[in-house]
Amino acid sequence: MKSGSWKSLVFTGALALATMSVQTICAHAEGVLRIGMTATDIPLTHGSPDNGFEGFRFTGFTLYDALVNWDLSSADKPSVIKPGLALSWTVDPADSTHWTFKLRPGVKFHDGSTFDAQAVVWNFDKLLKKEAPQFDARQASLVGFRIASVASYSVVDATTLDIKTKMPDSFLPFELSYILQASPAQFENVGHDWAKFAAEPSGTGPFRLEKLTPHERAVLIPFKDYWDETRRAKLDRLELIPMPEANTRTAALLSGEVDFVEAPPPDTIPRLKSAGMVITSNPYPHIWPYHLSRLRDSPWNDIRVRKAANLAIDREGVKELLGGYALPAKGHVLPDSPWFGKPSFEIKYDVEAARKLMTEAGYGPDKRLKAKILISASGSGQMLPLPMNEFIQENLKEIYIDIDFEVVDFTTLTNRWRAGAKADQNAGVSAINYSYAIVDPFNALVRFVRSDLHAPNGVNWGFYADPEVDALIAKAQNTFDAAAQNEILGQVHTKMVDEALFLWVVHDVAPRAMSPNVKGFVQPRNWFLDLTTVTVK
Amino acid sequence: MLSYVLRRVLYAVPIAMGVTLLVFALLHIAPGDPINAVAGPDAPAEAVEALRRAYGFDKPLPLQYLLYLGRIASGDLGVSVATGRPVVGELAAAFVNTFVLALAAAGIGFTAGAALGAVAGWRKGSVVDRFATFVSLIGVSVPHYWLGMVLVILMAVEAHWLPAMGMGTGLRELAAHAILPALTMAVIPTGIVARTVRAAVGETLEREFVQALRAKGLRRGAIMRHVARNVSPTIVAVLGLQFGYLLGGSILIETVFAWPGTGFLLNEAIFKRDLPVLQGILLMLAMFFVLLNLGVDVVQAWLDPRMRRA
Repeated sequence: MKSGSWKSLVFTGALALATMSVQTICAHAEGVLRIGMTATDIPLTHGSPDNGFEGFRFTGFTLYDALVNWDLSSADKPSVIKPGLALSWTVDPADSTHWTFKLRPGVKFHDGSTFDAQAVVWNFDKLLKKEAPQFDARQASLVGFRIASVASYSVVDATTLDIKTKMPDSFLPFELSYILQASPAQFENVGHDWAKFAAEPSGTGPFRLEKLTPHERAVLIPFKDYWDETRRAKLDRLELIPMPEANTRTAALLSGEVDFVEAPPPDTIPRLKSAGMVITSNPYPHIWPYHLSRLRDSPWNDIRVRKAANLAIDREGVKELLGGYALPAKGHVLPDSPWFGKPSFEIKYDVEAARKLMTEAGYGPDKRLKAKILISASGSGQMLPLPMNEFIQENLKEIYIDIDFEVVDFTTLTNRWRAGAKADQNAGVSAINYSYAIVDPFNALVRFVRSDLHAPNGVNWGFYADPEVDALIAKAQNTFDAAAQNEILGQVHTKMVDEALFLWVVHDVAPRAMSPNVKGFVQPRNWFLDLTTVTVK
Repeated sequence: MLSYVLRRVLYAVPIAMGVTLLVFALLHIAPGDPINAVAGPDAPAEAVEALRRAYGFDKPLPLQYLLYLGRIASGDLGVSVATGRPVVGELAAAFVNTFVLALAAAGIGFTAGAALGAVAGWRKGSVVDRFATFVSLIGVSVPHYWLGMVLVILMAVEAHWLPAMGMGTGLRELAAHAILPALTMAVIPTGIVARTVRAAVGETLEREFVQALRAKGLRRGAIMRHVARNVSPTIVAVLGLQFGYLLGGSILIETVFAWPGTGFLLNEAIFKRDLPVLQGILLMLAMFFVLLNLGVDVVQAWLDPRMRRA
């Protein structure tokens, strides 16, 4: 073959390859939203998602509903709960442990079976009744604690359900928002096997699963018979793709292989913007703090030290480090949260005041406080833990506090968070940097400060205990008027801030990047999203 | 030859037993509790213990090991703690994906490496030799992770010629998606194979029988065939080893390209402390190396009868 022929063959081959690739990239119909998630696998699809709230976001509230849903329609105010599969609920005025839920009639599961009170009982049994055929220890460990206060439940009629709690618990509606309703009929169809159910799930949500390829992709399509006509999905298809590596997500968006990515790294945002991508963000219930040990030998037992540390952090500097994608913390919850209260201690950057407090506490240039902090190199909600912690280390140096880090992977960090400050594995550690959702009263406040939630019962990591706080929480749980309950929870938060129980740094603002073709997306002030409003032009 | 093969197959049995014990022991010595890792962060102690019982992690370790051996004997590698799916299915899917990538990378790396090495060995000191040496050096020195990212930026993000990640759906998409990760994966075998072939060819060319062949007036092609036959056992051993490495998958490459192979699965299993999946992958990889070495030894013995007598 002559050299000219070779050249033309190579050129033709290259052209064919390039054409094939471009066709591959462009071969997606309108109305298909492809999301690059941070998860390493498709979150569990059987109705009790793993992978934290990213799981609930993408395979929870898309495929399922709970009795109580989140209103995710507003980007301007904190999200609130609203009726989901329950039309309404009431508490017996004579017995505040007795709840009655009126269920929505005519709701169908994706498999065509009918949702009713018996299905709710069946779903409670899968988490609470060990002898039930549908009981699943894994699901119970993921969400069962949400309804730990439930003592019994029973069917009154097809659309009425009775629930009795062990003690008055006004937080119950919030907690029920995590108990997603799976189809008992489908569980029968797949031979009582939750792994098979996860491959062919059936909920009542606005999307149903068309295809699940583990580790690769989940394809969801609209559920045409969805009960809420205002929330019928507009997309033709929703594809969920696990992409744990942040740079891979960015590259996939820039090369047109996905339309929407979670958590783009801050340093890639200018490049994404220059390519015409849309960046959305919004403060939401997340906090990046240090949990302080309150054991006898903890250096954080002196309130002056805790307050000084809070005054030493240059939160605007941390925000700048994060490319502007953070909100400086003023407490545990966001300042406009109904539970913020009226703390007298203002969290701000004031090194002089911090040094003064440290001097009063007996520390100075010649007597420095030393502490070891447990941190992770990465992890869900941890933002950029290494540079952020190094920044804080420099800030604290200014006020005579020298901190060292023990860096572990996120799974180990989670294990040691659950183990509590007293555990042998946490010996020598006086604080842990663990960030999380603060969505509802339990996960925003109660779990960190109630004295019966020390390890192994809960994540009051530092073994904080105050009867006054316990009493306030009990009062809030026994208060069924929302405004009055908010007022009491505000008192709990006020006490937390005034006692500087944590070292609070920033709230995440959940940056997301998407192609300009993605329309109708509302980023609510919540961890969860409503993808039914989205279209792709 | 048959007795040689049988003897080598029998050697594999104690190796397999040793691997299962080592893998089991190492994973249980390593820090991190698989049950804590998959239970919800707020799960109370009793729910965690119930989960531990459900997965059999409450039993004494020797009993767990014996049960594990019993399951392996019946072809059951257990169930993933994280997903509830059978480990065998997870491994099979991941292995097929990695096999596709490894085959493509081996095709590129072995061909390029062998061609470069052969020419370099034949023409030592020439421009081609220097180029081959340079490529070898680059191949074994460049970090995969970095090269993968650079290729993605150039070929996917900037030029939009090739997809950046994933496997796509269908054969055409698969072929397009495999190009960048396969090229990235091929760099190391290219370098190693080129270096090995260059050295083997160079050494063989200096041996007396080649001088005798030249003295007899044989043409270059005929001499090359004799040289190829003589260097092939060494090269087959290196190719086998490199193919084994490729089949092991690369955590970094498969993560960068979101390629759901064994490396990707291994990474996920490590972070989730998914012991059944970790045990399954490590056992599979170890056994694969055993089989691969067996295959290489058999091929070497077939190519070089002296090895059968060893």
